[in-house]
Amino acid sequence: MTVAALPRQWKKPPLIKSRALRWGLAIGAAVYLALAFETTPVNWHRVWEGLPRGLQFISAFLPPDFVSRWSEIVEGISESLWMTVVSTVVGIALSIPVGIGAAKNIAPAPVYYFCRAILAVSRSFQEIILAIFFVKLFGFGPFAGFVTLSFATIGFYGKLLAEDIEDMDASQAEAVRATGASWLQWINFGVQPQVMPRMIGLGLYRLDINFRESAVVGIVGGGGIGATLETAFDRYEFDSAAAILLIIIGVVMLAEYSSGYLRRWVQ
Amino acid sequence: MLRIRGLTKRYRTGDLALKGMDLDVPDGQVMALIGPSGAGKSTVIRCINRLVEPTAGSVALNDVDIVKLGTRDLRRVRRRIGMIFQEYALVERLSVMENVLSGRLGYVGFWQSWLRRFPQSDVDEAFRLLARVGLDLMADKRADELSGGQRQRVGICRALIQNPELLLVDEPTASLDPRTSRQIMRLIKELCAERKLSAIINIHDVMLAQMFAERIVGLRLGEIVYDGPPDKLTAEVLTSIYGEEDWSATIRKVDDTDEAAADADNVIPFEPPLPDRDRLAGLT
Repeated sequence: MTVAALPRQWKKPPLIKSRALRWGLAIGAAVYLALAFETTPVNWHRVWEGLPRGLQFISAFLPPDFVSRWSEIVEGISESLWMTVVSTVVGIALSIPVGIGAAKNIAPAPVYYFCRAILAVSRSFQEIILAIFFVKLFGFGPFAGFVTLSFATIGFYGKLLAEDIEDMDASQAEAVRATGASWLQWINFGVQPQVMPRMIGLGLYRLDINFRESAVVGIVGGGGIGATLETAFDRYEFDSAAAILLIIIGVVMLAEYSSGYLRRWVQ
Repeated sequence: MLRIRGLTKRYRTGDLALKGMDLDVPDGQVMALIGPSGAGKSTVIRCINRLVEPTAGSVALNDVDIVKLGTRDLRRVRRRIGMIFQEYALVERLSVMENVLSGRLGYVGFWQSWLRRFPQSDVDEAFRLLARVGLDLMADKRADELSGGQRQRVGICRALIQNPELLLVDEPTASLDPRTSRQIMRLIKELCAERKLSAIINIHDVMLAQMFAERIVGLRLGEIVYDGPPDKLTAEVLTSIYGEEDWSATIRKVDDTDEAAADADNVIPFEPPLPDRDRLAGLT
């Protein structure tokens, strides 16, 4: 009897309750998308003309020439590797205090806002923009590249460290505090063990990001393999450029596999 | 001797967790603090070592008012107050030994602890304590490899290596099975007797409280509503602490289970250590 009075149908409640708002948003999005497509200027004639030029360009890459610019390539790669390693180490070292300060659960409010501001500034600019700025500041060469990558590393690593600390288990840290540990001991025994494995993994990840970025940074004057690549393009030596690109791909793949292996080992 | 006067705590949310509590705990007394969830039990013991800052009142350990201390003196007092936590609160990625030695952090310098170069006497004491609770072969295991009862025993070692005068125990048995709960409570009681420690034990399980504590304090809505020996805990008293309920089962069972447990534990004082060690070795 009471069973009959119960509703027989059930549907998942919609994400947006108001019917008008729901349809309004959907139609609005569709209209915007249609207009956006329509105003995208595609000159099909020029696309057609460009195709054979593209083919020509690609064939100019072949076969890659490792030999004629070999010494420049070696120099560029070793400069890039130097830049990568040093900027990763320096960037991470600098980002540890900033990251700890930017964790809301362990830092007092003024320190928190200050460190968050540092992270925000570091993260709001893409590496190329930073590199252009630092090249203007320090002149052409790998030093500008090194400063760029270090600065970008602070934003990346500091933010993720802060977030990892905020996610930690508070009771473990509380237990260490209850023993009468000093602040540094508390960080070392209560906080660090909880965030360490992830931070090692992220450090390796940042190392391989920094290598890729070092190539980009070089194009705007930050030294390294990017500078070599830029020179090769400027001289229309596409076969040498192809060799450089292949080497970059090789190094990135090597970093990818070895960091994957190391991360598994750390866990 | 712990003397609490007018202890009040109002959380930032506006909740008044403690309303001017007075409590004395003489040296060597094992006291159980019972009461419903939200009565303020955890707040009481966290106000004693100031993991929670009291809003008003005084907490004096041997006539030193902890509430008034600066950071440095507070650390000095904290190292004389051992704490055992609900869900163990071991640092899971540290080894058993590191967890136990972390109880000495208040006594050693930063570099010494950072390099894990603890004084030989601390290491000796750590091994002695681990052997006392049957975990000496587990020293280099990571804390998260242990079972619940084993973890809580490590937690007990961490508290005791501080060489405390007072133990604060927060729901030590909340996540343990009934038998392990008894073993842990018995261990705490024995160790307190061995070292003439006083202890405040927050506990949900009224029967366990009656079995192992010599004094019971009932807390309700931040106020003490009962303070007396375990055997005076009648149905009326339990109703005044927890609210209306049929308490006959809780009260009657006390005597039976007490004896049964005592019998069982004369045969096996602990979980037999050897099979456990084998099992863990096999797992890793």
